[in-house]
Amino acid sequence: MNLLLLLVSAILINNFVLHYFLGICPFLGVSKKINASFSMGIAVTFVLTLTAVVSWAINHWLLIPFHLEYLQIVSFILVIASLVQLVEMFVRKTSPPLYQALGIYLPLITVNCSIMGLALLASLKEYGFLETVVFGIGAGSGFTLAIVLLAAVREQLELADIPKPFRGAPIALIVAGIIALAFLGFSGMIKP
Amino acid sequence: MSLLIPIAAMSVLGLLFAVGLVLAYKKLQVPIDPRLDKVAAALPQANCGACGYPGCQALAEAILSGQATPESCPVGSNEVAREIAGIMGVEAGAMTKKFARVHCRGTTTAAKPRGRYLGLPECRPAHLLGGNTLCQFGCMGFGDCVRACPFEAMAMGPDGLPVVFEARCTGCGRCVEACPRQIMELHSADQDVLVFCRSTDRGPVARKVCDNACIGCGICVRDFPEAVTMENFLARVVDYKKIPPERMSELDKCPTKAIGKIGGRCD
Repeated sequence: MNLLLLLVSAILINNFVLHYFLGICPFLGVSKKINASFSMGIAVTFVLTLTAVVSWAINHWLLIPFHLEYLQIVSFILVIASLVQLVEMFVRKTSPPLYQALGIYLPLITVNCSIMGLALLASLKEYGFLETVVFGIGAGSGFTLAIVLLAAVREQLELADIPKPFRGAPIALIVAGIIALAFLGFSGMIKP
Repeated sequence: MSLLIPIAAMSVLGLLFAVGLVLAYKKLQVPIDPRLDKVAAALPQANCGACGYPGCQALAEAILSGQATPESCPVGSNEVAREIAGIMGVEAGAMTKKFARVHCRGTTTAAKPRGRYLGLPECRPAHLLGGNTLCQFGCMGFGDCVRACPFEAMAMGPDGLPVVFEARCTGCGRCVEACPRQIMELHSADQDVLVFCRSTDRGPVARKVCDNACIGCGICVRDFPEAVTMENFLARVVDYKKIPPERMSELDKCPTKAIGKIGGRCD
């Protein structure tokens, strides 16, 4: 029950993009087409979950026993960078069109603050292994949900008659803000 | 001892990930076109962006995919184009070499000063404040273009005007972008006639603010109607090939010597 609550909370209420405002760069960068944004969401979810697992392991088996908590950020960066490299190689091998579509945003997952944020938050809240995994999956699903939502709206906006100064990034930012407002409505559902 | 533990921990961690990545790379390696490296190596590696791509590597990829032609690099000479064409197995088109030219002869003695300018010694801020010369179109001599040049092909001359060294100029166009007054312009290397002025002031005004300004008298247009045009009291060479070498001396009729042969006075 606790885990389910954590999952729902990470997806809807404490959504990484719409509540913590982490990972805005790919959120705006790859949200022009639903297909590409969904793939981006899956890639981020993959990296998020793996990072959560590996950083938990490093944190509990290496950093805490040796009292090296101050190395958290450095070692987590190492984890994230390596995992993104791995994902990049994998995507390049398996799906060149997807590699093209994600473009520069794929290696940019490395500097996606939501991933660093997740690793640090999980250790801050002292989650257990299972909780960390669920938190990672939830955060990734939340990111995917948010980016696909925005992409769906932006695809519709392509056809809309938008005033010239608002075309492109400005209207995307406004839409992102409205989606974030809508998600704010979830925050009353679960007591903290 | 307490210092060794974190060092050892991070080293082990780094090594572990490195080994993992190497293994993954072996497994997931994607064969890339061997020509890509060759084309990239043939390019000048200046990464100046003059071709319109983010860098030499990006241009190499574009050439490989057929989006760009082998002679797309404006910096590399014809030999570079030929080399790339050789790698790609296609004919290289002829590339016209371009040089940056200075369109101003408002030397420190010719251009009349406009008070003392004490702001940032750069062209852009100076231009916002109206510059240091009465002429609003002329060179202010702070050398933004010289600093923009990635090939050390420019320097400020003793007369306060920038000088382009043809031997080093690659025609990348950085100086053209850097100048807030559009004094620099790229011209094909064989163009030998130029109007060394950008002033669109009317004759009397132009003459008052600078001794070497184009005053829009129209003598050059009358002599070479097909080669030179006049717009806003400023002559412009539209077709330098219509001025034969044997008639070049007729350009000396210009009262301020604003039009003439390149290399004549101070460029």
